[in-house]
Amino acid sequence: MIHTENLSKKFNDHLAVDRLTLEIPEGEVFGFLGPNGAGKTTTVRMLTSLIAPTSGRATVFGYEVGRDDQNIRRNVGILTETPGLYDRLSAHHNLMIFANLYEVPDPTGQVKKYLRLLGLWERRADAASTFSKGMRQKLAIARALLHEPRVLFLDEPTSGLDPEAARLVRDFIAELKEQGRTIFICTHNLDEADRLCDRVAVFNTHLRVVDTPRGLRQQLFGRQVVFHLGEEAAKWQTAVASHPAIKHSEAHENKLVVTLEDPETHNPELIRLLVSQGAPIRFVGELRRTLEDVYLQLVR
Amino acid sequence: MQKIKTIIHKEWAEVFKNRLVLFTVIFLPLVMIALPLGTLAAMNTWSGEFNNVQELGEMQFMGELCIGLTEIECTQIYMLNLFTLMLMILPVIIPVTIAAYSIVGEKTARSLEPLLATPITTIELLTGKMIAAIVPAIGATWLSFAIYLAGARLMLPPRIFVYLVDPMWLLAIFVVSPLLTLLSVATALMISSRVSDPRVAEQLAGMVIMPIILLVLGQSVGFIIINQQIVVLLGVGAAIIDVLLVYLSVRVFQREMILTRWK
Repeated sequence: MIHTENLSKKFNDHLAVDRLTLEIPEGEVFGFLGPNGAGKTTTVRMLTSLIAPTSGRATVFGYEVGRDDQNIRRNVGILTETPGLYDRLSAHHNLMIFANLYEVPDPTGQVKKYLRLLGLWERRADAASTFSKGMRQKLAIARALLHEPRVLFLDEPTSGLDPEAARLVRDFIAELKEQGRTIFICTHNLDEADRLCDRVAVFNTHLRVVDTPRGLRQQLFGRQVVFHLGEEAAKWQTAVASHPAIKHSEAHENKLVVTLEDPETHNPELIRLLVSQGAPIRFVGELRRTLEDVYLQLVR
Repeated sequence: MQKIKTIIHKEWAEVFKNRLVLFTVIFLPLVMIALPLGTLAAMNTWSGEFNNVQELGEMQFMGELCIGLTEIECTQIYMLNLFTLMLMILPVIIPVTIAAYSIVGEKTARSLEPLLATPITTIELLTGKMIAAIVPAIGATWLSFAIYLAGARLMLPPRIFVYLVDPMWLLAIFVVSPLLTLLSVATALMISSRVSDPRVAEQLAGMVIMPIILLVLGQSVGFIIINQQIVVLLGVGAAIIDVLLVYLSVRVFQREMILTRWK
């Protein structure tokens, strides 16, 4: 669906994107994570044929960026970092303009469908300037979907929204995922990426890593189990570390954290070992690293 | 064609909700009509006094135009020429305001990126924006001229009024004015593609009014007398510059540069 090969973009002396190679299959929700100025927006602009790559190549549904730009624009939807609405015009008018520009067969019906779907129907006649941030974002999402694009590029879809509005937008993206659309999300919100994305890439001018959120966690931290003990955990660390399944162990006050391949198999053995050594186990659980931990580890 | 129509309707819907643009499109033509009609009405009131003047040295520059006419009639023709020439400021100044907001306004509202992401070509986009600025300007000019004609018809004797419907002025209003409008719009679009503030775009593009102002000044101080030859020259000059400017405005409109230089 989306394929890039050594895709690069240089602005004068500044290298914004360096030899990006990616393969995103149809129906995947792909998270593109990176700090400010990492080149995420530049990548989206290249993939939506808004700007041309300096070198390398990219194809979207087989259409080549820089050669089949009109076909790419016809088939992708983009939610830009700022909604960029026509503030003096009504929500309905804003969408009608884009439905006509995208040559949607039934513009009125399609506009009605998305205004209803995003809960904006009652406010359709109001000027976009009167909308809250969340409503503006929803209107911009509706605009990106009017022509039923096969790929949707979302640049910071929940940035600057209050928690309720952000949740509404996230829920809607989850619905789009259910519909099987291919979605490329640039985001700083790692929790959002963790929840929504099938795979994520950590990017900072060049690609650091691509995997599923779970895969990334395992790659960097392995699977970790935490034993909450009734006493200082360091007393039992040596005994546990001697177990062949343990790759790494750490003791922090009453907590003993161990890294191992297969907790389901080895947890009972470890519990037996600790009990036999007289360790007062209060609680055992898997230590879930967040995507934020992964991201910070990779970006720092 | 559908996309061009969409852009035109969008521009009109948006731009005419902008008070500054609306003020320029409505207020300026009103002034340009009120000024000549008011002056003609005043001249009718004072006609007796003027008839008592034996020599109007200031009118000598009108030369052959005044042969066989009284001083007041000669003055009326002079005023008609001056005011009709001033009317030609309208097709230049009105579209500057509209067109300057056209690209820079989109830039500042950040609405250009989603627009450029649609399958619209640069030619379609610029054609839509140009037509959206040209039509109101020409419409306002022609309507103002029609009202000016109707008012003048009521205030002037037929032998003076006929100077107003002279082929020279019809050529100026119906042919040269649209060419000047296109010149003005292409300049404004070209400038607004390169700057980031609508006011700067408007001020820079407003410079295209200078040749008309110079003509008005030249005529008012008797330096030049507008005649058919000057009007034709103005038209041909505007047409040549139009071709050049339209070509340049398309060349200058580089999507990538406009998007990436946004601050």
